[in-house]
Amino acid sequence: MATLTALRDSVSRELGDGVHAFVKRECEACVLVAPVLATLVVEQRVSSVLSQDDASFPAVVTAVGIVGDETDLRRSVALSIETVPTLIRIADGVEAERVVGWNIAEWSAFIGRDLADDFGSLPPWRPGCGAKNLDIGMPEILAVRFGLTSVRSRRVELASAEDEHEAMYARGWSDGLPLVPPTEERVTRVLMGTSRRPDEIVAIVPPDLAECTVEKVAINAVMAGCRPEYLPVVLAAVNAACTSTFNAHGLLATTYFSGPVLVVNGPIAADIGMNHGVNVFGQGNRANATIGRALQLVVRNVGGGLPGGVDRATFGNPGKVGFAFAEAPDTGWGSLATDRGIAAGVSALTLFAGEGPRGIVDQKSRTADSLVRSFAACLRTVAHPKLPLGFDAIVAISPEHLRTFRADGWDRERLRAELLALLQLPGAEIVRGAGGIEEGVPAAFAEHTLPKFRPGGLLFTQCGGEAGMFSAIIGGWVNGTEGSEPCTVEIDPWR
Amino acid sequence: MTVVLLDPTGERSPVERTQTKRPTSLDGLTVGLLDISKPRGNVFLDRLESLLHEGGIATRRYKKPTYTKPAPIDLRHEIARECQAVIEALAD
Repeated sequence: MATLTALRDSVSRELGDGVHAFVKRECEACVLVAPVLATLVVEQRVSSVLSQDDASFPAVVTAVGIVGDETDLRRSVALSIETVPTLIRIADGVEAERVVGWNIAEWSAFIGRDLADDFGSLPPWRPGCGAKNLDIGMPEILAVRFGLTSVRSRRVELASAEDEHEAMYARGWSDGLPLVPPTEERVTRVLMGTSRRPDEIVAIVPPDLAECTVEKVAINAVMAGCRPEYLPVVLAAVNAACTSTFNAHGLLATTYFSGPVLVVNGPIAADIGMNHGVNVFGQGNRANATIGRALQLVVRNVGGGLPGGVDRATFGNPGKVGFAFAEAPDTGWGSLATDRGIAAGVSALTLFAGEGPRGIVDQKSRTADSLVRSFAACLRTVAHPKLPLGFDAIVAISPEHLRTFRADGWDRERLRAELLALLQLPGAEIVRGAGGIEEGVPAAFAEHTLPKFRPGGLLFTQCGGEAGMFSAIIGGWVNGTEGSEPCTVEIDPWR
Repeated sequence: MTVVLLDPTGERSPVERTQTKRPTSLDGLTVGLLDISKPRGNVFLDRLESLLHEGGIATRRYKKPTYTKPAPIDLRHEIARECQAVIEALAD
């Protein structure tokens, strides 16, 4: 890998001592100063004029024969040109000074000639234009072109007649859906979404316990379809998923239905365009669809976690391709993240080992007292109506149902307390054999009352479309040290 | 132009896929004859080709640009697509 410093030194020596001008034809300020540059070239005060977009510009300078064709932008990258026009003075093979934009007084001082004498009729100041090497998408293309990226992953060369999508399938990189080919340019672009170094270790990914760098996360994020600004969320997810608390290994290996469910809170959700509204668990939103997928591709590709391999799910669920969504902005009822200890207004991610969502339909209740009973009746069925304590749940409350609770003055704690009170299961109803069902708790609990959910086992989130008197339950996998603990982490440390 | 991708895996296994098993018979197969550009390799391959044709075996001829470097990926892909077996001539 070349370094920018080495390229800069080499280009500085190549240009040689003197003043060098960087311009582009599409910049009005450059067109304005073209006659000035022509004069300075003739007077041998400017050694070369490097045109970023048109080798024949400025025409007058071209005629003199010292215009530089800078359309490959190599020298612009080397000297970190940000604006055109820029004048750079090189002395003893290194840059001594530069002047950016057009300012007749600055240029006069820089050149050592009063330009007002001949060019006093020009506007005295123009800020110039953004340099072409900084056009959107160009920095990463140029970094790859000049060997300046720091990505280290093994290169996989495909034959020109090979279909790249089929080649990725053939190598086993896909979850079944098409992938965006992870070229160095795309990966470099996605890496711009974080300030973390590409070689920084994010996690040790199960089941292979493979070290996973920021770069590997970025490669899988590219394949999943992520934009650069999604990367901090994906990094936070990979980091949190691979802790012993969340237990991505067990979640992968289990025969249960579950996979990682990602709930995003805080300003980043809106910044990156995540959906919290209509069809929140469904298709159609790029961030929702690709962030969860990126995490699962990391588990697959870096961790080696393959269905039928370590992933032994009996059924799985469609969310195992990727299941991420945002919670609606907090309107004074608190949020999942604040409930779990994150300060309001901070971007956070909650990881939950969950199955696919199931519906709570209640279109008749107009009081919290009635609606909470519907919630409790449905929540009792998580995993099995006779199994207490072992499984957590996310309750996704729709706007219409939330309105009912709030109209009766219920806050989150009230709702939680009422639900927990309604979900005290009499032992006689849930022991093995009760109701003619062999599943259940040991007979010794017949005289006890057991709560359906452990303390902290009910997580509330607000999302979904404005219309529809439905809510949803995302049932959890086994909780606690035997299974997975929900994890809530801040996202900003991964920006 | 070839496409270069970055490996998304933990890089614990070789990027090249495993070799196909050696066929027990050439009946019905197309055999690639790869000249690696060593002198007289073509003489060797000409003789092999006529022997294979006598046995009713279809052949296709290929040539590496130079014996000092691995075959370019496009050539490897072309052979893999068109043949089920390949014989390389290492003559001198």
